Amino acid sequence: MSPQQSGFSETNLWDNLPGTKNGFSSTDPGGPAPDAGWEAPPSRKGFFTDTSICIGCKACEVACKTWNGVPEDGLDMLGSSYDNTGALGASTWRHVAFIEQRKPLGSQDTGVTITLPEPAPPPQVDLGMPAFGLPGAPGGGDERSEFRWLMSSDVCKHCTNAACLDVCPTGSLFRTEFGTVVVQEDICNGCGYCVPACPYGVIDRRIGEQGTKNVGIAQKCTLCYDRLGVDETPACAKACPTQSIQFGDVDELRERAAKRLETLHAGGLGEARLYGEDPNNGVGGTGAFFLLLDEPEVYGFPPDPIVTTADLPRMWKNAGMAAVGLLAAAVTVFAGRRP
Amino acid sequence: MVPDAEFTSYYGRNVVKPAPWAHDIPAYLFLGGLAAGSSLLGAGADLSGRPVLRRAGRLGALGAISLSMVALVHDLGRPSRFLNMLRVIKPTSPMSVGTWILTAYGPGAGVAGAAELARLMPFRLGVISRLLDFAARPGGLAAAAVAPAVASYTAVLLTDTATPAWHDAHRELPFVFVSSAAAASGGFGMLTAPLAEAGPARRMAVVGALAELVVEHRMEQSMGLSAEALHEGKPGKLMQASKVLTAAGALGTVLLGGRSRTGAALSGAALMAGSACTRFGVFEAGLESAKDPRYTVVPQRERLNRRRAAAAADTASAGSAAAASASQANSASAASGGPPGSPQPTAAVHTNVGHTNEEIR
Repeated sequence: MSPQQSGFSETNLWDNLPGTKNGFSSTDPGGPAPDAGWEAPPSRKGFFTDTSICIGCKACEVACKTWNGVPEDGLDMLGSSYDNTGALGASTWRHVAFIEQRKPLGSQDTGVTITLPEPAPPPQVDLGMPAFGLPGAPGGGDERSEFRWLMSSDVCKHCTNAACLDVCPTGSLFRTEFGTVVVQEDICNGCGYCVPACPYGVIDRRIGEQGTKNVGIAQKCTLCYDRLGVDETPACAKACPTQSIQFGDVDELRERAAKRLETLHAGGLGEARLYGEDPNNGVGGTGAFFLLLDEPEVYGFPPDPIVTTADLPRMWKNAGMAAVGLLAAAVTVFAGRRP
Repeated sequence: MVPDAEFTSYYGRNVVKPAPWAHDIPAYLFLGGLAAGSSLLGAGADLSGRPVLRRAGRLGALGAISLSMVALVHDLGRPSRFLNMLRVIKPTSPMSVGTWILTAYGPGAGVAGAAELARLMPFRLGVISRLLDFAARPGGLAAAAVAPAVASYTAVLLTDTATPAWHDAHRELPFVFVSSAAAASGGFGMLTAPLAEAGPARRMAVVGALAELVVEHRMEQSMGLSAEALHEGKPGKLMQASKVLTAAGALGTVLLGGRSRTGAALSGAALMAGSACTRFGVFEAGLESAKDPRYTVVPQRERLNRRRAAAAADTASAGSAAAASASQANSASAASGGPPGSPQPTAAVHTNVGHTNEEIR
């Protein structure tokens, strides 16, 4: 891919402006916090969500709502497996997706002996549900069915190049010392620009009756900024009973994710793949990334998102040319003699 | 490449979110363009001695920009915090840049418009009237200098998003919007100024209308899949109406604009309506394209597949020894795995596949 196509390695007019240094190249070892002006920040923090061991308990959703005081946003039966939450939004900062597939558990390669460090205990009561367990868990051919459930707890990606932060006109969205992206709720004026800017559809403007907490302003996961400040684990990761949600330094999480991927591949789960962790992807790598068992779009993720501001230099150039064109047209229509 | 008919999504739900903006915003897109063009016409009329066109341009600009401000503030989730827009100057935020463009534009347009209002009063306001008369021309010229930016930045406002039908239009949309602004303000001039003075307005209207029709067509060709959003449903009807009204208005302007006051007024009204339809059509098409995951997933999936194919071809076309070592490096990073967290294999994969999320099959 040429630089022209990707737009990442172009030299930009505002590379030297505060807060925008290396705006779209993103391979700084220190993460995005130094770029945002933090001096000697702590290491970048993030989530590694290993969906292969998610059991769909939604403890993360509950813990998040409870700790952050996120208001209720509708109790509906959505008819999408066990997912009655729907999607991330202003009042949903963790969202567990449930996908039912007519595919066998684990790998379709047969004849591979699978050993995983933590085998799941066999089900104690037969509820007549489709059999499922940890992907690749031992259990013998009998218990495998032509059906699998994928579960994945989605969250804000805390991008290295965050479109929401780039386009925020008030400076309400800011880069914390932990490299995360947070809304300052006392500054946001609810312009809503971050909402269409996010390539993952995470952030939204809160709607509700007058008097609802933070109604009218943009809201999303803060990676529990308040808890990070006192060395605490974010609520969702703390509540996760299977360590599907792992919190820590992004560098270390990347290593952990790579190891986990190797284990799964070695165990025959060839379809396991990491999503978002690549520092060379369209958003410069995400602070919250995932191990998935199918293509990203199956889980509702964009397959290959690119931060919209990567094209912004070209957009401004075109807008400038258009403006000059209009001025030239205006001058021209007044030129010439009056009739 | 022909788009895949089939794609995968999560229960058909949207991936990106549509902008939470009501009709205030497309109304502003139209009014902002009208104000900008009117300021240009007003300033030109001022310098070329066309008093009625000057008055129409200045008053039109004042009215349109005032309504724009109301629309913009009304659309905020917290209108009382409007002034927070002035906390920062951010070139990465078109809304921030736009705020400062409007801040630069507003005072000049306001003074020029107020001067015309004062002259319409049955009585003079003493020193205020004299001050306004004195400041009208500098104000009007200052507004005209910023006006082209007012007309064009709104395109960047829309295209600097993940909304497929907006972002995909980023090459042409600024040209569509300034053309639309020229057509609307030219139309407004024809509607409000007598035939003898409206010559520049007619030329502005025709140039704008023709440019809009041509560039809009080109935009649809270059957008890719999301151009479909401009053809379907309500946005499709709006864009169709825009083309008919704009073409009819331009034709009417050429045939009748210089001869018949009624013909000029009707043509001008058609051009203004056409401009409004363009703004609402583009706006609505964006919202629809965000709500349908197809527009987000299919192009990204194709891009990803192309890159994977290119990476595979690179590997294959390299010398056999190099290819063997590269594939060894790849499989080493995936399957056998070096020491935990060894950055070496990962880096090799990144170099080979560019932005591709690491995936080995």
